[in-house]
Amino acid sequence: MVRIRQVEEIIVDVYAQKTMRTPTHLSIGQEAVAVGVCSVLKRSDQVFASHRCHAAYLAKGGNLDAFFAELCGRVVGSNQGRAGSAHLSDAKIGVFTSPILGGMIPVALGAALSFQMDKKRHVAVCFLGDATIEEGVFAESLNFALLKKLPVLFVCENNLYSTHTHIKDRQPSSEIFQRVKTPELKTQQVDGNDVEAVYAVAEKSIELCRKGQGPVFLECLTYRFREHVGPLYDYDKGYRTKKEVEDWQKKCPILKYKKKLMKERVVEHEELGVIEARYKKEALVSYEKALKSPWSDPKTLTDWVY
Amino acid sequence: MVRKITYAQAISEATVQGMERNPHVFVMGLGVDDFKGIFHTTCDAYKRFGAKRVISTPASENAMTGVAIGAALNGKRPIFVHARNDFMFLALDQLINNAAKWKYNFSGQSSVPIVVRTIIGKGWGQGPTHSQSIQSLLTHIPGLFVAMPSDAYTAKGILLKSLEIDTPVILFEHRSLYDLQSDVPEEPYTVDFGKARIIRQGRDITIVALSFMVQEALKAAEVLSQEGIDVEIVDPLSLKPLDEKTLIESVKKTGRLVCVDTSWQSCSFASEVAATVAEKAFSFLKGPIRRITLPDCPAPVSKKLEDAFYPDYRTIVDACCESLGRSQRGKTTCEKEEAVFMGPY
Ligand SMILES: Cc1ncc(C[n+]2csc(CCOP(=O)(O)OP(=O)(O)O)c2C)c(N)n1
Ligand SMILES: [Mg+2]
Repeated sequence: MVRIRQVEEIIVDVYAQKTMRTPTHLSIGQEAVAVGVCSVLKRSDQVFASHRCHAAYLAKGGNLDAFFAELCGRVVGSNQGRAGSAHLSDAKIGVFTSPILGGMIPVALGAALSFQMDKKRHVAVCFLGDATIEEGVFAESLNFALLKKLPVLFVCENNLYSTHTHIKDRQPSSEIFQRVKTPELKTQQVDGNDVEAVYAVAEKSIELCRKGQGPVFLECLTYRFREHVGPLYDYDKGYRTKKEVEDWQKKCPILKYKKKLMKERVVEHEELGVIEARYKKEALVSYEKALKSPWSDPKTLTDWVY
Repeated sequence: MVRKITYAQAISEATVQGMERNPHVFVMGLGVDDFKGIFHTTCDAYKRFGAKRVISTPASENAMTGVAIGAALNGKRPIFVHARNDFMFLALDQLINNAAKWKYNFSGQSSVPIVVRTIIGKGWGQGPTHSQSIQSLLTHIPGLFVAMPSDAYTAKGILLKSLEIDTPVILFEHRSLYDLQSDVPEEPYTVDFGKARIIRQGRDITIVALSFMVQEALKAAEVLSQEGIDVEIVDPLSLKPLDEKTLIESVKKTGRLVCVDTSWQSCSFASEVAATVAEKAFSFLKGPIRRITLPDCPAPVSKKLEDAFYPDYRTIVDACCESLGRSQRGKTTCEKEEAVFMGPY
């Protein structure tokens, strides 16, 4: 979590320098969901995510240098600089993302179907925002996943907003896990800012999926601190209050976990500072390395189309 | 009174005036009521008419398009807005299978006059799924009117016109045009479908340019005029119905044609114009028709790739020179201006 936070804080710091020409949707404040879930996964499991995918990419084991290089449009980027922040992917570790809402839901199902056909005990995880369940394809996908008992874990990151619209203006009740519940579907709500809670629920759910008792739907309650897209705070824009943001910042997943670890005397305060500084340095070095790496070559513009 | 306002302001003004004139007009779409208000095109309408007539929708493009169709069936006049035309792919079933065929299927007993405003993105690495330009897909379908306003004047007039007619309309707006100012009358007026506009008169060569590419064509015309080449620029505005007559008259006069599109080449609008002219004015052509379109690949993010991806005025200059048998200037002769745009997206 600390590593992902430090990486994204670098983006915040440098974004105005225009070295990353790609709209970025930061996960700051939501790291515990991706980290809790991906910590349970094996390399052979696959992850499908949306526009807000930095945390999932890194938590699943995505290469940091390839991450920064992608954001800077360089040839050594995860997608060779072709697709940017909202499409980060790495086939080797099984991460695929797309910013078209709902686009990855059925693809996760297809991956799960292939695992089932091949009698592999892998799991497909689909991260989706609270707005993404509004797309018709979500309903269609739930039906099929249940019909075939697919090993797929839906992880709904409910951060209350779709761009600038609050969930109460989009859905009849904010209890997503209740609404999607059917007699056949296992659903659970969890504090998405409590990394151990997410881990525990994910572990149980993924085990069910591996045993052929999927799918499972998790609703993780969380919150994004920064603007929908871009590096800034946006509480002056009128759709949410500064107080709301600050109340959630008090529930920051990293802060929460730090406090717990210190209380249980697992780590000391200074130690945490060292860890933070180490990851900050790692991120900065990686970013600077990206800036020195070669650009994607225009001659390759039409490679990989067919 | 005529004054200079931006493309975004013109769309906003048309929306408000359309809603004032007809109480059945309403706006719907993701984020139409938020502070960004689709690049400030729906903010005034929301301030003026509130949430009852500027309706924020869930992220359910296909269902919401069906909702618009059902409302239109009973006399409502929805304006459905997509912040990117890429999101409209999810709505194509309702648009193509229902809206486009409604009047025909029910032999004119009823019609579903919906207006879809949809935006083409470009630049700042918006990338493969946020900067497509899908006008030719929809122009292909019988039963839909399709237009691409290229300045504030046409943006206002064509939207007001769309609110008066029976046919479902798709209006493609271009993100890069939102800040462009032009002369716009304050009072409501309409601009017709099926009527192209001569943006610039000239003798030597006809450039048919769409949407944002009209701006690039104007720059190209400047450059070419310094070389003594007199360019005529035609903006079709309305892709369906298409004003073939104006295009053909222009080519008959100049004998040369360059078609400039905002999208890919295969089955493109540029191809449609080229085919129409080849079919109906072949004997007037003094040389091969040129098409300027995007390379056959998705829009890349990397600045270096993005720069190579988009044609601009220099590409048009080169194509015109080639068509006229002059030596090409080469894409490197002019320094490309740095785009200041870096959001909102
Ligand atoms: C099909 C489609 N419609 C609309 C959009 C525009 N859009 C991008 S992100 C977003 C909000 C998504 O909210 P949510 O799923 O809750 O994810 P969050 O941004 O909160 O992480 C919207 C509406 C899109 N990318 N794709
Ligand atoms: Mg959300």
